Amino acid sequence: MDVLDALAAACPAGGARRAEPGDAVDGVVPRVVARPAGIPELSSVLSAAADAGLAVVARGNGTKLDWGLPPTTLDLVVDTTAMAGVVEHTSGDLVLRALAGTTLAEVQSLLASHRQWLPLDEVVPGSTLGGVVATALSGPGRHTYGGVRDLLIGVTAVRADGVVAHAGGRVVKNVAGYDLAKLFTGSYGTLAVLGELVFRLRPLPVARRFVQHVVPPAELSAALGALRRAPAAPTALELARRGDGPYVLTVLLEGRPGPLEARAAELAGQLGRPERSDEVAPPTWGALPGACTLKVTAPLAALPGLLDVAGRAAVAAGVAADLRAHPGVGTCLVGLPDDVVAVGEVLGALRRFLGGTGWATVLRGPREVRSTLDVFGPTPGLALMARVKAQLDPDGRLAPGRFVVAA
Amino acid sequence: MDGGGVGAVADRLRARLGPEVLVRDPVELATYECDGLGHLRAQPGLVVLARDRTDVAAAVTECARAGVPFVARGAGTGLSGGALPRADGVLIVLAKLRRVVEIDLDSERAVLEPGVANLAITQAVAADGYRYAPDPSSQQVCSIGGNVAENSGGAHCLKHGFTANHVTGLEIVTPDGGTVRLGGKAVDPPGYDLLGAFVGSEGTLGIATEVTVRLVRSPEAVQTVLAGFADTDAAGRAVAAIVADGLLPAAIEMMDALAVTAAEAAVACGYPSGAGAVLIVEVDGPAGEVAADVAEVESHCLAAGAFELRRAEREADRAQVWKGRKSAFAAVGRISPDYLVQDGVVPRTALPEVLAGITRLGAEHGIRVANVFHAGDGNLHPLVLFDADRPGELEAAEEVSHQILALCLAHGGSITGEHGVGVDKATAMPSMFSADDLDTMQMLRCAFDPDQVCNPGKIFPTPRLCGEAPGRRRGVHPLVEQGLAELY
Ligand SMILES: Cc1cc2nc3c(=O)[nH]c(=O)nc-3n(C[C@H](O)[C@H](O)[C@H](O)COP(=O)(O)OP(=O)(O)OC[C@H]3O[C@@H](n4cnc5c(N)ncnc54)[C@H](O)[C@@H]3O)c2cc1C
Repeated sequence: MDVLDALAAACPAGGARRAEPGDAVDGVVPRVVARPAGIPELSSVLSAAADAGLAVVARGNGTKLDWGLPPTTLDLVVDTTAMAGVVEHTSGDLVLRALAGTTLAEVQSLLASHRQWLPLDEVVPGSTLGGVVATALSGPGRHTYGGVRDLLIGVTAVRADGVVAHAGGRVVKNVAGYDLAKLFTGSYGTLAVLGELVFRLRPLPVARRFVQHVVPPAELSAALGALRRAPAAPTALELARRGDGPYVLTVLLEGRPGPLEARAAELAGQLGRPERSDEVAPPTWGALPGACTLKVTAPLAALPGLLDVAGRAAVAAGVAADLRAHPGVGTCLVGLPDDVVAVGEVLGALRRFLGGTGWATVLRGPREVRSTLDVFGPTPGLALMARVKAQLDPDGRLAPGRFVVAA
Repeated sequence: MDGGGVGAVADRLRARLGPEVLVRDPVELATYECDGLGHLRAQPGLVVLARDRTDVAAAVTECARAGVPFVARGAGTGLSGGALPRADGVLIVLAKLRRVVEIDLDSERAVLEPGVANLAITQAVAADGYRYAPDPSSQQVCSIGGNVAENSGGAHCLKHGFTANHVTGLEIVTPDGGTVRLGGKAVDPPGYDLLGAFVGSEGTLGIATEVTVRLVRSPEAVQTVLAGFADTDAAGRAVAAIVADGLLPAAIEMMDALAVTAAEAAVACGYPSGAGAVLIVEVDGPAGEVAADVAEVESHCLAAGAFELRRAEREADRAQVWKGRKSAFAAVGRISPDYLVQDGVVPRTALPEVLAGITRLGAEHGIRVANVFHAGDGNLHPLVLFDADRPGELEAAEEVSHQILALCLAHGGSITGEHGVGVDKATAMPSMFSADDLDTMQMLRCAFDPDQVCNPGKIFPTPRLCGEAPGRRRGVHPLVEQGLAELY
């Protein structure tokens, strides 16, 4: 049987078709696209792909296909958008179970009517839950709510050989078995294809206040120190700087309107009068800066130094960096223009500065930049990771070459 | 693998590390026969009292070389037999690795040797307004390495998270004796989240020799409400109302009448007399928010029928409120000669039904069950009471305990919320996970420990033989059939 026929037979409801140029994953055009309508079909599709030895990339809304590296080979794109919908939401349990092709936005609008939310910022508009989990994408709210790894409590995934596997569960507290949900989070679709995801939720805050302060570079360390000791208990922090301008520090406070005002006033006492105070997020909040974005993580104390190095290295390379840091989490996004030489120089400067105490990777950017530079950099535990990959995907057919392990 | 067994490992370690790290004296070995799950015992073939990471790596290397199984042991407080030793194996004790390597307040991290007691971390930073958030009831003794292995929680994990949410770095000795660093003070190292997979792996993927944890600011204000209700149904209604209102307390704990009676007898905690159920709700955060939260918590309790309410604001008063709850496990010893501690989880909304089911089970088998639990996250700790001297009671208690887990699963829950699977619940794993699920989990095991020398026999009811093609195993493995491999 022809591969297309086999795939069409594997997912009668969702369908399979020949690929078009628009199906390219990071420039690599597959032969076929299958669109399973649920986990049983996803399993059949991956079994058929295993029988035919196909290289497979899973695609949600395709908003992050230019992340990581292009696949080294590609036969089949598994489109997860027909595998969508909330399966279960019991508001009293603060738990949500949904298929991987459901969009984050859809989930949030459903939950908002119950005064709840999945506390993940929508960093890339249009993202599906599967894409969010596969790239471990979170925003400033991680400061209080944790990242994807902290919110995902259960997973149903389909292995390269088509076998359906569950881990975790539907309850917020559970230590039975290995936590494969964490293993799959941020694995870029190289270990299994995500089918169904279970998250813990949070009540929506009654009120929010984004308070912005302008901080001259020389005063950054002092301001962050004061903030750390302040009793205001921010939900999230974001520090932005464009080129050699001043830092703009945005503090998100959440709570009840009355106490919130008091906390904001207290904060003003510590950091000076705010530049701006608003109920809605500033446009930069959680957004990815630059045509090319580096993601850097460091010990919290190293962050001011790191920002300084990033800014200087960019100037030395003749470009302006657009910096976005989350000082309570220890992450920094460095936005740079599409300039492979400049990006390479900034990346190198950051890695030298970190010296193994943190990590600088190319999160996204033009293909030329990613295929020229060492996207992931030194990866501790790489040999062990390769063994994990070899166990779950022995033939190296899931997103080959997209992630740290070459196979 | 060169064979030779425990004897060969002992000889080589004596030569490499000196005789003082080895325990072979039968009397001394007896100390290590069991962990907190006292009824399962085995005398270890050899005990290594490691002094540092080098000793750990040496011990693991020699075990790997000889194909001898090894088991890590922290403080031995585990409740699922995770640190149960083997007669044909080596127990590697980490209790002497108690150095706080570094406190880095500017980065909000502590770097610890694995034997450091959980509470010692908070004690080291409390004066600076920081703490280590996960707080298992055993925190005075249990080790951070054991916490990592079990992904331990505590009463306050409802709001503040489990061990997995607070560990950012590990140094591990892998089952082949090598050393790998996963993460560090910074988050998100590139590649797979092996750190996340290691936490909660119950000592089966290697031995943690250094742990980096997050330190968090102590909240500005903490207030605790103690409420007495006529029965667990009324208390359960209060919990549901608190949650439905969008409040997220740091802890919501419930005790039923039997548990309250026991605690009262043991520590005179002064809980509302005549209460059929007691609720402890603790709220923390900025002072203004806490004051408002507490007022709402109290009004929900009253609306649900609380007949007595007390608010503890001062540290000493809060300690008094917690005293009864924290002593509950030990306290049931006052009302029953023997008891089993169960650990199951249900969705919070299923609590009333499950509690009624537990009462029914107890009545059917003539067994009393005291309930003490983390109501906020549905983590039940039924204490199944019995008298071992009465014929048939142990069996009846075991049956009730077993049925309680089945009840949890029937409501979409879990067989363990914090005590782990260990040996105790390995046979229950297939009731929660399919053969394919377990097979997939064991692929991770095979990646870390292809020779299955690292704490074998724990978590999984049957080992996976690592060499075979994945996903193609059906029926009895040929090696087992031929008697060449043992399923244990
Ligand atoms: C009275 C009492 C109350 C308790 N309350 C709670 C509670 O509230 N919440 C909770 O979660 N648990 C609780 N526990 C269970 C227990 O304290 C925890 O599981 C604890 O984390 C075990 O730590 P330990 O150092 O005693 O580990 P051990 O019992 O020595 O070992 C536990 C497991 O960890 C492995 N291990 C130990 N050290 C390492 C290491 N360095 N690297 C790799 N593996 C290792 C062992 O092989 C074993 O599998 C309680 C226990 C008791 C007795």
